[in-house]
Amino acid sequence: MADVNSSTPVITYREAVAEGLARELRRDPTVVCLGEDIGAAGGVFKTTSGLFGEFGKGRIWDTPISEQAILGVAMGAAMTGMRPVAEIMFSDFFACCWDYLANEIPKMRYMTGGQVTVPLVVRTANGGGLGFGAQHSQAVENWTLTIPGLKIAAPSNPADVIGMMAAAIRSDDPVVFFEHKGLFASKGPAAPEDHVVELGRATVAREGTDVTLVGLAATVPLALTAADQLAGEGISAEVIDLRCLVPLDMAAVLASLRRTSRLVIVEENPFQGGWGGTVASIVADEGFELLDAPVRRVAGANVPLPFADVLEQQVIPTVDAVTAAVRTLAAY
Amino acid sequence: MTAVDASASALEADQLLALYEEMALIRATEKAAHDLFLSGLVKGTTHLAAGQEAVAVGASAALRPDDYVFATYRGHHHAMARGATPVECLAELMSKGTGLCRAKGGSMHLTKASAGMLGSYAIVGSHLPMAAGAAWSARLRGTGQVAVAFFGDGATNIGAFHEALNLSVVWALPVLFICENNLYMEYTPIHEVTAVADPAAGRAPAYGIPAEVIDGNDVLIVWDAVRRAAERARAGQGPTLLEAKTYRHFGHSRTDPASYRPAAEVEQWLSRDPLDLARARLRALGVLDESVAAADERAAATVAEAVAAAKAAPEPDPGDAMTDVWADGGSAWRT
Repeated sequence: MADVNSSTPVITYREAVAEGLARELRRDPTVVCLGEDIGAAGGVFKTTSGLFGEFGKGRIWDTPISEQAILGVAMGAAMTGMRPVAEIMFSDFFACCWDYLANEIPKMRYMTGGQVTVPLVVRTANGGGLGFGAQHSQAVENWTLTIPGLKIAAPSNPADVIGMMAAAIRSDDPVVFFEHKGLFASKGPAAPEDHVVELGRATVAREGTDVTLVGLAATVPLALTAADQLAGEGISAEVIDLRCLVPLDMAAVLASLRRTSRLVIVEENPFQGGWGGTVASIVADEGFELLDAPVRRVAGANVPLPFADVLEQQVIPTVDAVTAAVRTLAAY
Repeated sequence: MTAVDASASALEADQLLALYEEMALIRATEKAAHDLFLSGLVKGTTHLAAGQEAVAVGASAALRPDDYVFATYRGHHHAMARGATPVECLAELMSKGTGLCRAKGGSMHLTKASAGMLGSYAIVGSHLPMAAGAAWSARLRGTGQVAVAFFGDGATNIGAFHEALNLSVVWALPVLFICENNLYMEYTPIHEVTAVADPAAGRAPAYGIPAEVIDGNDVLIVWDAVRRAAERARAGQGPTLLEAKTYRHFGHSRTDPASYRPAAEVEQWLSRDPLDLARARLRALGVLDESVAAADERAAATVAEAVAAAKAAPEPDPGDAMTDVWADGGSAWRT
């Protein structure tokens, strides 16, 4: 993340979501938003705040609590000339409309022999750390990674929210856009005008020479904090912000490993079936000779998300877990 | 069931004969698909629509060419009613590269997007919200188009049906929900798993959607009901639900001999074959039997040519397995 200086406006991640949507709504009349409480209420996380006032009910559509209808309607509109942006309030609710994410949206182009494209964005609030319990706290980015045909974006900072939102909405492919609940209040430099971050381009969030920490969304600031602590111990950690799971920028990961030869993957979704397994398998296959140490994965525990903070901290990745994993690699 | 509206007679004899010929073409194509399956040339499964042609042909005739249609895995008749040719359909069923979906969809996913036929869906009920979405898009773009979702009686017990109905009426969408009630959800009679007599039309009032139960085997009645529903939709009066009572001549899918259906019931419905009903109407309008026979012969000849052409068509390029995941035509997912 770029340094924030006094001349750069600073906005929150939450404000960046609304700003990213507003920029595309202004630019392209076919962009239209739908979801539960996104209109006059401004969204339960206030991520659509101000949009209803600026664009009106013809562009910002409140829906009933009908996740299947939300995604099905978005799909039908995307197939017929619109660029809908659908909000599923919590990513846990993907299970309520999984047919559309698993069977319908990602397969339409392929199974029609290329006749139909589905240019839509499914936005959702993902991840834990806020004490919402087992059905409102999950990090489910790995659910979507199991389905060929979905692009998967998960920004870690406000400028990327805006730039990746622009890329997602302009994409002719379906994009699942994970907004991390734990980052909504975080701040960062505002994005310049017409800021677009191409999907599938990871970035080096911090340069280092001893170990590579690969993160996504909320695990990026977590990895950066860990890197700060490790620097005090004389360990130079490089932090890669993957930004997207599909397209997956393995070239960036492998390039970093050429510099560091050690890899710790920091992922919030559960270890079982988590995206880090895919990254690790590609590194094992294509980067084996780059490694001086085993690959470690710091991931969510294989349990439902508990409610109490003291319990939740036991099962989601923490700075301490990351630094501990890095130290185990120092022996190699 | 409603009597024929007086305005239904507005369909001229030559128009009705054209609809008859379309139905005959679909019937002959379905028969060919059945035979090709038995001879091992059609893989996977098929869900034939023989017996239900009047719903597709009558509805399509009442729509504009730019309207949208969404169908189910029993959708051959809807693809053809919107302009897919027998050879395109049969080539797809026979896994040929010249098929409607380049052999990547198969019988359950016939699609002809260029004709507004936006797909056949094999997850029951999934396409009702999509049709609502196409209607929403038409409303947003101000095109005056309508969207139609055809679905079976079995779809009336899945959540997407109910979510789509509610949202469509709340948003006043120009969408038509047309249930082809062939009395069986698959192998089980729909009345054994649904408490109301009309599984689609009986639910519509709860959502505030006007509904009508119609004779789905009479192409003229279907045409008239869809015409009126489409007019309502285009006038901004929102969705309409039609429940068309009909019957499939074959089993649910290719492995099903449909032995669970009582012989008397089958006989009664076969005596109400939509082709026979249309013939009777044509005769009443003074159309000569020779003209009808000529239509039958043209349909048979077209399908015979289609079978030969589909058999001779090339296999898909194996490389096509890795194309068209993404809009750029490719399937790359990583660097």
